[in-house]
Amino acid sequence: MRMRVTVGVVLGTLLLCVPRPVAAQAVDQVQVLQQQIEQLRKDFTERLAALEAEIAALNAAQAALTTAAGPPNAKVFNPDIAVVGNFLGAAGRNVVNPSPALEMAESEVSLQAVVDPYARGDFFLSFGQQGVNLEEGFITFTELPGKLLAKAGKIRTAFGKVDGLHTHALTWADRPLVTRNLLGGDEGLSDAGVSVARLVPAGPLFLEATGQVVRGSSGDGVFESHQRSDLSYVGHLRAYQDLTESTNLDLGASVAHGHNAAGLVDDVDVGRFTTRLFGVDATLRWRPLQRAIYQQFMARSEIVWSQRGQFGGRQDSLGYYLSADYQLARRWFAGGRYDRAARADAAAVADIGGSAVLTYRPSEFSQVRGQYRRIHFGDAATANEVLFQAQFSIGAHGAHAF
Amino acid sequence: MTNRHRLFAAVLVTVSTLASTTAGAQNRLSVVATTEDLGSLAREIGGDKVTVTALARGYQDPHFVDPKPSFILAVSKADVLIVVGRELELGWLPPLLNGSRNSKVQPGAKGYLDASLNVRILDIPAGQITRAMGDVHPLGNPHYWLEPGNGRRIAEAIRGKFSELSSADAAYFTQRYKDFDARLAAAEQRWDATMAAYKGTRIVTYHRSWPNFMERFGLVVMGYVEPKPGIPPSPSHTLELVQEMKAQGVKLIVVEPYFDTKTPDSVAAQVGGRVLVLAPSVGGAKEATDYIQVFDYNVNRLAGALKQVTGK
Repeated sequence: MRMRVTVGVVLGTLLLCVPRPVAAQAVDQVQVLQQQIEQLRKDFTERLAALEAEIAALNAAQAALTTAAGPPNAKVFNPDIAVVGNFLGAAGRNVVNPSPALEMAESEVSLQAVVDPYARGDFFLSFGQQGVNLEEGFITFTELPGKLLAKAGKIRTAFGKVDGLHTHALTWADRPLVTRNLLGGDEGLSDAGVSVARLVPAGPLFLEATGQVVRGSSGDGVFESHQRSDLSYVGHLRAYQDLTESTNLDLGASVAHGHNAAGLVDDVDVGRFTTRLFGVDATLRWRPLQRAIYQQFMARSEIVWSQRGQFGGRQDSLGYYLSADYQLARRWFAGGRYDRAARADAAAVADIGGSAVLTYRPSEFSQVRGQYRRIHFGDAATANEVLFQAQFSIGAHGAHAF
Repeated sequence: MTNRHRLFAAVLVTVSTLASTTAGAQNRLSVVATTEDLGSLAREIGGDKVTVTALARGYQDPHFVDPKPSFILAVSKADVLIVVGRELELGWLPPLLNGSRNSKVQPGAKGYLDASLNVRILDIPAGQITRAMGDVHPLGNPHYWLEPGNGRRIAEAIRGKFSELSSADAAYFTQRYKDFDARLAAAEQRWDATMAAYKGTRIVTYHRSWPNFMERFGLVVMGYVEPKPGIPPSPSHTLELVQEMKAQGVKLIVVEPYFDTKTPDSVAAQVGGRVLVLAPSVGGAKEATDYIQVFDYNVNRLAGALKQVTGK
């Protein structure tokens, strides 16, 4: 106890004996220390925040890069696959070409991919009530010199405009009478062969010339090859010009030549007859860009002359159609078509038809369509029908038809 | 060979040799951009060393562009093709590439630039996606150019591509990039100042074109006029939207210039709000003449409308 008191007294004395300036100095030092600590704390907090921000930014960049690159996946080399279903219904009378009341007319499977740095490959298989058919299957060489584009395989030939289009790209549930009478019906002039197309420099005008050599049997008998050398030839010239940013004009001229089946006697081609086709087509489109998803108009016409050699003299037949399609609203399309076509093997017999079409498209991938069709056949009772069509597509998103 | 065969062979040969190939060497890079935004950025970097053609107009829906043969002509003459990517041009670019016969600009070639590869992409779907969700983009939202940071990244990618193809002008392109970067940075301060008061405000847009833009300026998109991407408005969805907007006090609907404003107008009338048509792209409005102008136009119009509906 005495000891403690002594220490206290000594300390107290010492403190009291310390001169004033020294005490002030100590207080100052403490303040300086405090300030330094405060400054350090501030620096530390700031640097930490900066580092955290940097890490966050790096993480975000990393995430962006990872997602940009996409996950590695061996399946990326699989071709783009899509299936388009085409369900058809028909009611009314047609004694010449009665289609079933209900029919899953066609399911088209497309398989498309790049082959290698020089080519791409496209397959279109159609599954119908009659079985499977290779609608098209070809390689396209994209790296040729001289602005050439070459195809080899089974192709829809370049004759005319709608003959080369697949069913789902049409604005009607059927094909025009001229296609049926002179160009071989739904299949059209589809054949195995080689196609070369070249862009012809013509200033602002788009000019494309196409030459095709095919086996010679296509169009359901329009052309039929009985010897290896009985090839058919197709030539097409397409000119396209923008009239304004919304309006454009697409013109085409076509020619095709090949042997036909008219000279067959007991499976021997006695007659050696040939068919020559000439065609011109014109399409006028109007689609105001700012309202492109709501409104568009297209008028189209094709004229085809067929010169078919056969026993009893050459038949010179003419066929054409005029059509107009208008988009009324985002999902509604209306159209009409007038048809007139003589028969390829009987130029004196002509069929005349008219159609009115209404299409509803819930989305880009499906549509339902009703079509009233009346055909006055040259040699049979008039057909009066209502066609119904439902089309839907699944799988890869294909390019829009133009 | 019969006469006919010879005739056809002659036609084929004539067709393939008709006229000469396109005009020879030009010093300026010929650039084709799929949209006017990319075209504007290419002009910022390329200056007078490039000629730029943009395909889709800024006031047209970039998902639905016709693959016109006149576009094939443009692509066939291009040294560089700049695309938005993320499958935005899926419906119209493939036929143009195929028809162009131009090996320089095919995907993977030196002249092909996908502008989306180094930018910040939002709305990348996770898990299973189907078209029941509407027209979803599996690779994320392709409207990414509506964010100045991404504009800068695209400009940088363009600078790199131009320098690679025309190395003699690399310094020129770098100088122009720096100039653009500085102008963009200054403009960003201006836009931030204008939009600062409206951070956190909730709005509605027609299509999902604006996630990058709205996120950048701190606005919250609480709903869409479309029930699902690419699906037109339906009565039931519109009714829900009206109720939700009323509940949350949302008064502003932003619409792209290519959509019908009938439904947005009726929604706005029911909630006592207003419809604002903004420019989603260069050329989307008369005043939106280049990349920076697009933001000037949108930010000023948006701030004006928000001031009116929020009273701030």
